[in-house]
Amino acid sequence: MASRIVVHNVDAGYGAVRVLHRLSIEVREGETVALLGTNGNGKSTLIKCIMGIVRPEAGEVLLESDGARIDLTKRSTEEIVGLGIAMVPEGRRLFPKLTVEENLLLGAYRPGARGDITRNLAFCFEAFPVLRARRTQLAGSMSGGEQQMLAVARALMSSPRVLLVDEPSVGLAPILVSRVIAKIKELKDRHHLTVLMAEQNFNQATKIADRAYIIVHGKIEFEGQSMQELRGNELVKKYYMGL
Amino acid sequence: MVRTGGGLLVSLAVIVGGILLASLRVNLYFYFAGYVVLQYVVVATAWNILGGYAGYVNFGTSAFFALGAYTAIFLIEAFRAPLPVLILAGGLVSGLLGLGIGYLTLRLKGVFFSIATLALSVVLQTLIMNWDYVGGAKGVTVIRPGSPLFGNWVRLLFTVMVGLAVAAVTVAWIIERSWVGRGLRALRDSEEAAECMGVPTLRLKLFATTISGFLLGVAGAPFPYYVTYVEPSSAFNLDYAVNALAMPMIGGTTTWIGPVIGAVLLGTAQQVATVTISSELNLLIVGVVLVAFVVLAPEGIVGLVRRPRGR
Repeated sequence: MASRIVVHNVDAGYGAVRVLHRLSIEVREGETVALLGTNGNGKSTLIKCIMGIVRPEAGEVLLESDGARIDLTKRSTEEIVGLGIAMVPEGRRLFPKLTVEENLLLGAYRPGARGDITRNLAFCFEAFPVLRARRTQLAGSMSGGEQQMLAVARALMSSPRVLLVDEPSVGLAPILVSRVIAKIKELKDRHHLTVLMAEQNFNQATKIADRAYIIVHGKIEFEGQSMQELRGNELVKKYYMGL
Repeated sequence: MVRTGGGLLVSLAVIVGGILLASLRVNLYFYFAGYVVLQYVVVATAWNILGGYAGYVNFGTSAFFALGAYTAIFLIEAFRAPLPVLILAGGLVSGLLGLGIGYLTLRLKGVFFSIATLALSVVLQTLIMNWDYVGGAKGVTVIRPGSPLFGNWVRLLFTVMVGLAVAAVTVAWIIERSWVGRGLRALRDSEEAAECMGVPTLRLKLFATTISGFLLGVAGAPFPYYVTYVEPSSAFNLDYAVNALAMPMIGGTTTWIGPVIGAVLLGTAQQVATVTISSELNLLIVGVVLVAFVVLAPEGIVGLVRRPRGR
């Protein structure tokens, strides 16, 4: 079951402001791809384009699965989740006044995932024991790290094959960032997920990524096929290492 | 399943109790006042499906209520239609208005949605005032057909309202426990997050505005037979909009029982005040109680009862 996401020459933005300019990336089956870039370069916009939350003005967003090509630009977010793509939004976007358990159940809203609720819930509680302990607590009352864990677990409740993670490190202490990143890697291996992760934190992202794109002002400025190649790049030195 | 069965038994018991009450030979005024309280149970429950569950505050309750009443007047004038038809038609027309308003106000959130619904009430009232067939600005007198069930129209309408209240509360109860209710809660808490999770926010919103409108229309449809003289300023009375909002807020907006508690308490208090003090005092009572609850118990009576146990 090979599935990959292809973003080809996409233009997108908000009203008169264009954020992405003829941007192309590709995420292949089983890969962990990092999308690196500082604030305001279009990482979140790209992820929202794949999820159908922002509609591209031009270009293609395709899910290629078992030889079929599905044009995601014509699908609703609901349908895209149904195709097995789930998102961990930037800033977590939990339901703060609902309980941890209700947050998880809302991750399984699509009818196709409702049958697997018991299994997925058991898995989430096993992977994140803290969530089991806090299942009746309001999501907004947990610590930032716990909330990020909940956001990841909630995305897994829809039984996804592709996981889009938007800035998991935002607002977290460095030790928690390491833990969240390690958890994403663990989940990816156990579930054979394909992961696209937008991140500002170069060192953390490159710990688990197979490949990376560097996005600057809505364009892909560099594509690193390996982490060594990436570390040696001038652009990376300029933006991330202050050299 | 046990709980569903229990709920069904309670509903039946309430309806049978209502019929028994209606056959008692007590002073007719009690049925007259009881009708108003029950009508507010329907109105508050209907409002709460959109305002409480989904978090979209509707200030135009009177528009939906009055549309139900005027649909009934039209059908009485045109066809002498029987009461069940009036109720169903009133619900359908108001439900359709709810669907339309849902579509028109899709992009409006928070207070802007509320302003739009308030405007709806004004627009609709102006239209009705200029439509002479249903009485226009001077109103219309409705003649009740002779020999109703229970031997008296007030008793009959009281019993009908018991049934409608049970039906409305049952609908709210079912929604609350379903995926629809879960989706509406998500909508209330964070519409943006709900969209990211693939929750069909648009469909849920339209469902809530339609069901809420339907039940408000149902509550308004028997109104012409109850008062026998309807004019726009009584059908579009601001009382409905204010009470529909105040009752769930006082009872608690997150569960089906909240609007019921609020409607029974506030509705009864208003009826008592009307008889003992003055009918003008009603809204003052609502205002004072509402302010007190918003300040002291923002989660309503249900929240007050739950808090000591929950933490």
